[in-house]
Amino acid sequence: MEFTSDNLSNHVDNRKVAREMQNVLLALVPGIVAMVWFFGLGVLSNIILASIFGLGFEALLLKIRGRSVKVFLGDYSALLTSVLLAISLPAFAQWWLLAVALFFAIVIAKHLYGGLGYNPFNPAMVGFAVVMVSFPAEMVGWLSPTASHFSQPVFLDGLDHVFGGISSQWDSMTMATPLNAMQTGLGMDKKMADIGQLPSFGLVAGKGWEWVSLGFLLGGLWLVMKKIITWHIPMTLLAVLAGLSGLFWLIDAEHYANPTFHLLAGGTMLGAFFIATDPVTASTTPLGKIIYGATIAFFLYTIRVWGSGYPDGVAFSVLIMNMAVPLIDYYTQPKVFGESRQ
Amino acid sequence: MSSQQYIMHGGVHVAGHKALSTDKAMSTLALPERLMIPTRQHRGIGGKLLVAEGDYVYKGQPLTEQRATGSYLVHASTSGTIEKVGRFLVPHRSGYSCIGVSIKVDGKEDWGNYRLAPMKDFVTIDNALLLDRINDAGVVGLGGAVFPTAVKIGSGAKQGALKTLIINAAECEPYITCDDVLMRTEADQIVTGIQVMLKMLSPEQCLIGIEDNKPEAIAALKEAVAKLDHRTIKVIVIPTIYPSGDAKQLTKILTGVEIAKGKRSYELGILCHNVATAHSLYKAVVLGEPLLSRLVTVTGAGVKEPQNFDVLLGTPFTHLVQAAGGYTNKAERLLMGGLMMGYPMHTDEIPVVKATNCVLVLPESDLAYSSDMAMPCTRCGKCVEVCPPKLLPQQLYWHSRANDLERVQKHNLADCIECGCCSYVCPSNIDLVSYFTHAKGALREERQKQEKIDQARERFEFRDFRIQRDKEERDAKRAEHKAALQKKKAAMAAKKAQEGENSVSATDSKQDAIKAALARVQAKKKAQQEQTSDSSKTESKQD
Repeated sequence: MEFTSDNLSNHVDNRKVAREMQNVLLALVPGIVAMVWFFGLGVLSNIILASIFGLGFEALLLKIRGRSVKVFLGDYSALLTSVLLAISLPAFAQWWLLAVALFFAIVIAKHLYGGLGYNPFNPAMVGFAVVMVSFPAEMVGWLSPTASHFSQPVFLDGLDHVFGGISSQWDSMTMATPLNAMQTGLGMDKKMADIGQLPSFGLVAGKGWEWVSLGFLLGGLWLVMKKIITWHIPMTLLAVLAGLSGLFWLIDAEHYANPTFHLLAGGTMLGAFFIATDPVTASTTPLGKIIYGATIAFFLYTIRVWGSGYPDGVAFSVLIMNMAVPLIDYYTQPKVFGESRQ
Repeated sequence: MSSQQYIMHGGVHVAGHKALSTDKAMSTLALPERLMIPTRQHRGIGGKLLVAEGDYVYKGQPLTEQRATGSYLVHASTSGTIEKVGRFLVPHRSGYSCIGVSIKVDGKEDWGNYRLAPMKDFVTIDNALLLDRINDAGVVGLGGAVFPTAVKIGSGAKQGALKTLIINAAECEPYITCDDVLMRTEADQIVTGIQVMLKMLSPEQCLIGIEDNKPEAIAALKEAVAKLDHRTIKVIVIPTIYPSGDAKQLTKILTGVEIAKGKRSYELGILCHNVATAHSLYKAVVLGEPLLSRLVTVTGAGVKEPQNFDVLLGTPFTHLVQAAGGYTNKAERLLMGGLMMGYPMHTDEIPVVKATNCVLVLPESDLAYSSDMAMPCTRCGKCVEVCPPKLLPQQLYWHSRANDLERVQKHNLADCIECGCCSYVCPSNIDLVSYFTHAKGALREERQKQEKIDQARERFEFRDFRIQRDKEERDAKRAEHKAALQKKKAAMAAKKAQEGENSVSATDSKQDAIKAALARVQAKKKAQQEQTSDSSKTESKQD
């Protein structure tokens, strides 16, 4: 009797890649709910549009590259990239802004490098960086968290902003993010105490943002518990960021924000648990993960505090460290069994 | 000596599927019609065949003769006639064939006078004799590595002062139960086999490591050990986790010692033998029976009545499966070995060899996926978490795929024990181990090629050196000769001048003598030249 004897592993397949991606998406939900609460339905419009573009580009490229569209669309990786990018851009972002961002994320950063598993740079952050550098004006227009987001006029104005031309009203409804406000304020020689009184500031960090961050923290901890990600990258990132900001705050509290602010402002939590942990582009050795998380925190703080023009630095820090990953992984190989070699 | 246990790194918890084959008592198989016995069933090379087609062989008769190094004996598992000598398919990962014989079984189980002399009081017998016996009986490690037991014990005994003898009874592989069943039924014989080892190695302690999922075997072993009142033997129950039965892992768990790659365990005062090997030692020494049979688990959803058999070496898989009730309609994949380390066979027309511990038949639905469903590696690092030797399988995979053998070595490929934990947890369903075994093969080939190149170069360089050296020697000799000749001439000329011209006849005769001498020298030179050209010819032939 003849048998199949291909060199496949003998183990049961249960589509684990897809399941892990699904779980990561699920873990984003608390943060997204908070975002919708504070910044309105524009967050959802971003997600929907980004997903359409993201999956569209993915399907197109898979087809061009002769890969199975069904299998690879089903791995949820493109959807995850789309959602991560969507929630990084201002709510009610223009359709073309999303299209450009996703084009660079999926087509350039992912597929031109060989698709899932082969991209050296975090696709979502490449997309973000491209539009951040190219269209800075469009990237600061976050709706005020105090606006009545669920009213019809705001929603219609939002849609008009997404699909229409230039709405003069729109600018009046947006406001600077706390990180932005901090940078401008400090640039004008204001003190932290005064900056904290601005309307965009909430209890400890940005109004609304602090709750969004807590939402992402919650989801992130769940991922650690589910063992989908390990603690190394997020915990080191947060610890080093807290340490650095704490150090400068202790030295000069008037000109440096406190650690709580840095931990809960902007994209810290999203970055720590969902972006820096992207397995494909992150370091994979236990020690390497710690170095990777720590250096991202270092660049993140540096860009936030001294990087004029760019209020948040998650994307750039992650991209810088993506470049260093092969090196880190090579030099941080764990000691193998029985190794007493030098 | 404490019985403290240590924790190994990584490992996985896999469904054992062991009850499938342990329900039924062990059964001895009916004699098959014919046996196929390959000459190479161990590490090293095959021995020289001693029999020819048409010969009658007795049970226990050696079929091969040991070559100088690296070959070990294989015996006729039962009596019968040699039907064919040739190449047969053997259970091998790459579908190799091997020189062997097929025996038409006559059913008499006639030992002739090939049964070895029983050594019941082995305690009084010299170790060298015992070692010869183990060698003559063709005993090899039955845990899977099929390393010759005589060599292992011999090198351990040579080292002296063995600290710990480990008996590997962990049997951590899913589906396989042959050691479990052996311990349940033959615990006393196993312990006697262990005593043979104790006699030869006299270690400070002997630890039997066994996973806690085999309560009956544990009880049987403990009882057998208690009967002896042998204080050095201890049964140590360890937690069930795959691959605790890997010799290096078990050593770590029981002693805390990590055996680094390239080190032999006996250099650290430790030796590890499989429990089934201990049993075959009992048979070889106490009963005088060579290794002719072994326990094999036939199991999986692909066979009707999974169970364990005591199987004569050389029995075809087909015969085994028939005895286990035949295939079910789900028989789609045939593995030799367990779920984790077993490898797929494309046919069942292959014989049981010394390495065959399990015949596992599985339905594809259990494995439900095809090759295009293996996803790309996302570097998630799950494999790093479970890898017992603490390697980075995702990096190894990356470099293996790229055929970057240098990087692969730098990532310690040689430390991979091929346990399959990485393949098991991989969310992308990549069979990482198959990439690693492939890379190991490529490295081996590379090394062999390099060795050949080095040898050739060395030989060439030595030849150049030798020619140069010979030439120099020759030149030196010639110069010496010339100088001597000139000296003689000068002396003679002086003498001549002194003697004057008064003796003409004497001068004539002297000149004749000089002529003759010159001719002799020339003839000698010529002969020498011919000789060197001859020798260089033979040299080039040798090259």
